[in-house]
Amino acid sequence: MAEISTTAALWWAVVASGLYHGVNPGMGWPLAVSSALMERRRSSLFKALLALAFGHLLAMTAILLPFSALLWLTEWHVEIRIGAASLVIALGGYLLINRRHPRFLARVPPSRLALWSFLAAMAHGAGLMLVPVYLGLCGPDEGAGHAAAYTLMGRNATIAVTVALAHTLAMTAAGGALALGVYHWLGLKFLSKGWFNLDLIWALSLVLVGAISLLTLH
Amino acid sequence: MNLRPDPTFHATPRLAMEAPAETLAFTLMLSPDGSQPDGLAVVDVDPKSDSYGDIVHQLIMPNKGDEFHHFGWNACSSALSPLTGHAFLERRYLIIPGIRSSRIYVIDVKEPRKAKIHKIIEPEEVFEKTGYSRPHTIHCGPEGIYVSTLGGGGKDGTDGPPGIFIMDCETFDILGRYEMDRGAQDKHYDFWWNLPRDYMVSSEWGLPPQFENGIVAEDLLSNKYGHSIHFWNLRERKNVQTIDLGENHQMALEIRPAHDPSKDYGFCGVVVDTTNLQGAIFTWWQKDDGTFEAKKTITIDPRPEKAENLPPLLQGFAAVPPLVTDIDLSLDDKYLYVACWGQGEMHQYDVSDPMNPKLTGKVELGGIARGAKHPNGKDFAYGPQMVEISRDGKRVYWTNSLYSTWDDQFYPDGQGGQMVMANVGADGGLELDKDFYVEFPKGYRSHQIRLEGGDCSTDSFCYPSV
Repeated sequence: MAEISTTAALWWAVVASGLYHGVNPGMGWPLAVSSALMERRRSSLFKALLALAFGHLLAMTAILLPFSALLWLTEWHVEIRIGAASLVIALGGYLLINRRHPRFLARVPPSRLALWSFLAAMAHGAGLMLVPVYLGLCGPDEGAGHAAAYTLMGRNATIAVTVALAHTLAMTAAGGALALGVYHWLGLKFLSKGWFNLDLIWALSLVLVGAISLLTLH
Repeated sequence: MNLRPDPTFHATPRLAMEAPAETLAFTLMLSPDGSQPDGLAVVDVDPKSDSYGDIVHQLIMPNKGDEFHHFGWNACSSALSPLTGHAFLERRYLIIPGIRSSRIYVIDVKEPRKAKIHKIIEPEEVFEKTGYSRPHTIHCGPEGIYVSTLGGGGKDGTDGPPGIFIMDCETFDILGRYEMDRGAQDKHYDFWWNLPRDYMVSSEWGLPPQFENGIVAEDLLSNKYGHSIHFWNLRERKNVQTIDLGENHQMALEIRPAHDPSKDYGFCGVVVDTTNLQGAIFTWWQKDDGTFEAKKTITIDPRPEKAENLPPLLQGFAAVPPLVTDIDLSLDDKYLYVACWGQGEMHQYDVSDPMNPKLTGKVELGGIARGAKHPNGKDFAYGPQMVEISRDGKRVYWTNSLYSTWDDQFYPDGQGGQMVMANVGADGGLELDKDFYVEFPKGYRSHQIRLEGGDCSTDSFCYPSV
């Protein structure tokens, strides 16, 4: 029973982190509004959202898949989780100290939204934030010892892709809802009224995710 | 760093127009002979205030001979673009370059009436890090603060072409040159851009030997001042097209793109046409294939005048050229204001149709061989020059000095610095405000004006007005 509820909680964490990334203007939803307004077509909003989602998905997969490959080393499972958690905490710590924004993001042309979204997610450790959750989901399965290595790898890779997809879907839904809301009803004033500086909270979230992961190791 | 975006950042030009009106203006004070240090005047422009029209604070610099000209904010509404990630910067610092000394001052105006120097960048640092000299126009943009320069390296600024360099928007460190591929660009003056469409436009005045000691008549008559505008791929830092306006169109100065980024046109003012002494405005626009075109859409004729009434420079022509030295576009992209510094006129054009501007208002003040008085009965030295429009488009401010040595050539008897304001009628038209007349301290002239919370030649917007 406990096993199932832990798994459920972790999947909720995947979705919740997606919603969190989605509403953050820094992950790009205002660009979808701008696209639609510039081209005076609502369909541009969806096209832009799709590009942003694609970039984000790519960034998630690019981070999660290497970890899924690592999990092949089943006997090192705990060490990998400790390593990943430390990495996430370290990035959070770095972002806490270095509050400056990476300038290379400003060099991406506004027409390359997918690339921008990928780089923004990478630079802010959006993928890394998911790693401890993902590793929790892959858990030291009771039957793991008996399963063939390639079956295990296949299972872990499938979970990685599913996590990335579920997260991106939630992110796009949240960002899309806000973009549509601003485009149709709230107006652009919402942008300057509703934009909070999440830098500090974002960095702390990374530290928190890493810390929880360390504390729940068994 | 704020928790919320600066309240003076606006997503669209329309939102900026609806924001509270300015209560203070910042105006540069320059000592034309370098006998006193230049300064920044803080002017009360709140009609409800007791000190309305007074200079309420002066910040005098520690050096002499800087020659202040243009200046700008460290951050503007373009910070609201998520691409740059700088939404929480403060509009707090004025970046003031000295075009003669190449020194740059960063002034903290968080408390405007106690404005103070935050940082000074010495000329040597500018030379060393950029190879450019004589910094001029300031705009905050995607990669930081962009600064155009009028001179290249070397003592007289002719060792290599001038260009743009970038400063960090938080530390104010000079990061380096902007250009990767400058193409045919070999002179510089103004620049501005359309951020979502990712292009920049730049213009040309002349090289330092052509302006520092006064206008060089032979160079002007042989069409050696700038007459081209350059279009750049902003993020690739590449000159993608140069349009020659025709060599008789001498000194293509201010670049004013439409503020609404969904509009793909803008304007450029030309000081003088050497074939007929007209002043001119060109409209430039981006075509569907991404390339640009420009067409002359406004001409202003010279006024005949007896040679004996003219300064030596103009006696041979027996006419007063308009000398279009500054232009500014209201935030709704409706009115273009054109300063005719020679004739002493400020024109207002309705440019709702950018290809067919219509003259809708005119004010006469100062001017060569005219000296039109202010409605309060006082004199106005020189002519209307640097112009700034309030965000709501209802008030137009201007000062009177062009450039120290040029003032003396065109107005040998002129002296003094003034700043005035005209009210815009509900359906256009322009009328000087009798009660707003700022006299600058003795020995100082006045140049560019910046308005509290942003103005019509500062902010770039990333979202169209809806």
